[in-house]
Amino acid sequence: MNAPVDRISSAGSDASLDRPLVVVNLSRRRFLQGMSALGGLVLAVGYPSAARAQAKKYGADGMPNGWVDSPLAFVSIAEDGTVTIVCHRSEMGQGVRTGMPMIVADELEADWKRVRVAQAPGDEKKFGNQDTDGSRSTRHFFEPMRHCGAAARTMLEAAAAERWKVPVSEVEAKNHEVVHRPTGRRAGYGSLAKAAAGQPVPARETLRLKDPKQFRYIGKGQLKLVDGRDIATGKAQYGIDTRLDGMLYAVVARPPVYGGKVASFDPAEALKVPGVQRVVQIEDSPPPAHFNPVGGVAVLARNTWAAMQGRKALKITWDDGPNASYDSSAFKTSLEESARKPGKVVRNDGDFDAAVAKAARRLDAEYYVPHLAHATMEPPAATVRIANGKCEVWGGFQSPQATRDLVAKRLGMSADDVTVHVTLLGGGFGRKSKPDYAIEAAVLSKAVDGKPVKVTWTREDDLHNSYYHTVSVEHLEAGVDAQGKPVAWLHRSVAPTIISTFNPAAKNEAPFELGMGVINVPFAIPNVRIENPEAVAHTRIGWFRSVSNIPHAFAVQSFVAELAAAAGRDPKDFLLEVIGPARQVSPETLGDTWNHGESPERYPVDTGRLRRVVETAARQAGWGRKLPKGHGLGIAGHYSFVSYIAAVVEAAVDDKGQLTIPRVDIAVDCGATVNPDRVRSQMEGACVMGVGAATLGEISFKSGRVEQDNFHAYEVTRMSGAPREIRVHIIPGDYSKPMGGVGEPGVPPIPPALCNAIFAATGKRIRRLPIRDQLKV
Amino acid sequence: MAIPVTINGRQQQLDVPNEMPLLWAIREAAGLTGTKYACGVAQCGACTVHLDGQPVRACVTPTSAARGRRVTTIEGLDAKGEHPLQKAWVEEQVPQCGYCQSGQIMSAAALLAAKPSPTDADIDAAMAGNICRCGTYQRIRAAIHKAAAMKKAGTR
Ligand code: FES
Ligand code: FES
Repeated sequence: MNAPVDRISSAGSDASLDRPLVVVNLSRRRFLQGMSALGGLVLAVGYPSAARAQAKKYGADGMPNGWVDSPLAFVSIAEDGTVTIVCHRSEMGQGVRTGMPMIVADELEADWKRVRVAQAPGDEKKFGNQDTDGSRSTRHFFEPMRHCGAAARTMLEAAAAERWKVPVSEVEAKNHEVVHRPTGRRAGYGSLAKAAAGQPVPARETLRLKDPKQFRYIGKGQLKLVDGRDIATGKAQYGIDTRLDGMLYAVVARPPVYGGKVASFDPAEALKVPGVQRVVQIEDSPPPAHFNPVGGVAVLARNTWAAMQGRKALKITWDDGPNASYDSSAFKTSLEESARKPGKVVRNDGDFDAAVAKAARRLDAEYYVPHLAHATMEPPAATVRIANGKCEVWGGFQSPQATRDLVAKRLGMSADDVTVHVTLLGGGFGRKSKPDYAIEAAVLSKAVDGKPVKVTWTREDDLHNSYYHTVSVEHLEAGVDAQGKPVAWLHRSVAPTIISTFNPAAKNEAPFELGMGVINVPFAIPNVRIENPEAVAHTRIGWFRSVSNIPHAFAVQSFVAELAAAAGRDPKDFLLEVIGPARQVSPETLGDTWNHGESPERYPVDTGRLRRVVETAARQAGWGRKLPKGHGLGIAGHYSFVSYIAAVVEAAVDDKGQLTIPRVDIAVDCGATVNPDRVRSQMEGACVMGVGAATLGEISFKSGRVEQDNFHAYEVTRMSGAPREIRVHIIPGDYSKPMGGVGEPGVPPIPPALCNAIFAATGKRIRRLPIRDQLKV
Repeated sequence: MAIPVTINGRQQQLDVPNEMPLLWAIREAAGLTGTKYACGVAQCGACTVHLDGQPVRACVTPTSAARGRRVTTIEGLDAKGEHPLQKAWVEEQVPQCGYCQSGQIMSAAALLAAKPSPTDADIDAAMAGNICRCGTYQRIRAAIHKAAAMKKAGTR
């Protein structure tokens, strides 16, 4: 059974006649495209406004091209019984190529040993949304993938019943065969494949889904990664590994300053380098950057090394443009100035000023988190070939459909004529959501008459021309009562917004940034004011794993610990008290209109779940246990990507100020899990990345240019700096309840938990990241 | 002048300039893409291969330095891809994105060849030059210990 489908519409398409078609709450990207094209208008055309609210779409329904649950798109069965399951999301280490097919295979009653996984090309009409970001794959596609499997199983059962001329109620699919219960007759999936393909696809409402008790793979964790062996033997193919006949290898000299361009260049010396074939200028795209290449001069050669040598020999004069004076230390000062003045009020409960005036004591603190670069281990790389009016693209892309659309647009082709082959990603972390590198390869292929061209970014390129995590100053003030309990809370968050990459006039954090742990903090504090003073971006700001949650959680969870210390209280007990009793808080009452794109009814902020992870992490870590000299425990709990995560870090600081991290305990409540091992591995990885951001990570600018060239200057955590032991404690979930995200939410609690641990160990409070040598004595 | 190099037991004539880093010669002239580029300046270990059994960073090793010598890449570590480390890597589900892992395994293989039962400190020292941006260090350590135990028990 394997039939292409032209168009499967998303939920409730049959009801579309009485449903107003209102395009709101699209994914951030589509929404942003709408914004940049239409100057900030929300697209809501020609329909009664009264209907808008109820038409607001959430979850997978709210994503571009929604979701598809047809087995025709995702499942095919060969006559030898091999089941091929399509994974339409991009694999970047989160395990999605194992997890998604596992869901289908479970409902299909397929024998995992006979399952093959095929990677979908970029084609959202066929497969539904493919933007692999926002920690969404499992929570948005758990149900559709179950439907795919169940529908295919039903078709196999129907085919068997027809063959045996028995009622379908007497047959049952079990472990890759269909059994006729009364007679024990059996037929393998392979033998039924052809007949099953002729069966109608059952209606969604008629599908019989498994009772979770019958799951054979989901939640069990016994299956190994589908790509594990290929990776361990060097066979796994990443974008950078693409090799095509007659392919040229390219590297690009890009403007060192955002908004800069080539003033003049001389290719003569570059062309003398043996192996260099062509030098091609890539047209600059003035800010806003969007997902466009920033322009520059490309050297195309017979191999990557020759291209690199050629690039060195290029003579280029840059016109640096308006960001030539961007300087990180001056910018930090300007952010601090803004943070000390009132800004746009984005949440206001009670009366902060009155309450703080009456408070027994007033405390304040300011926290700084610098720009970060994803530094995916595989730098951006893409290959394009254009032939016979068709364009093919190969590479690791988090947004295959956007890659397809934008390459088509740049080439002046129809997207139907562009095929995007998605390889494994050697890390994504949000960087590879932006397909600028694919567009570069497309422009260059076109310049050499469609010959295949692979563009490889060097590490220097990656650090110099990234879409950086923002830079922020978080200013917090609290009024506390005589017992030290906060009664008034002010948080001013100042950071250039990601929207600036699409609309340079944007100076305030967007709802999706505010909703990452600054306004939606569910504390039991009666007087809360959250402000967002303006900040101007001078570089490309982009999504970085867990995004604005990093600075917000760092500030909020550090400040709570500071208040606990000021009150002379245990930080864990104090944190629980600040969270308050278990209750369900509507994100809307917190001023959060975004809620990670999820329905506020299905996904309220549940302080009981937040409490539970804090308590679990503390208990598992042996909170209060006796520690060696120079050791300390720190705790932090944070809600993001509709999951609840708390961490207890044990920090050890020796008498020279050398930091090591013997152990971290992480409690995660992401609802029910599909592949618990990959939940663990994501927590482990997020923990290491959080440690890296806290201890080492900093991208800084001088004269508009990034100061860090490579890993010696932009350090990331190595084995010796990583926690020696990371223990992950998964709170059991219920498959009937909504799931939460996993890929990102593990990061935000780590920096504050670590700094809180350092405070416990040394009495030194870290308010500026990275820590680097701040502990040196 | 082509440079004669034995890669994974096969004699090859690499038609590349002397100073081209071995990394690019392996990836593009010999067509073995398991060896990865991630920094080009001996900072990350993604390009680790064995030169006459010793681990080297191929990104800073001129191809001429391999003239007449034996190069082993991840593809040639074990004929069947069943080196104890490879098995342990699969068992422990070490990889996330996997991009750094050939380099990690090649560094670990050199360690085990020199020290069949490495301590945690040995592992720290031998693996210090290998970055994993996905943060799989804990499982790398566990897999090295596991492979050492497998080797010892002779369960190859
Ligand atoms: S690529 Fe050779 S050490 Fe990084
Ligand atoms: S597994 Fe991704 S860099 Fe190591």
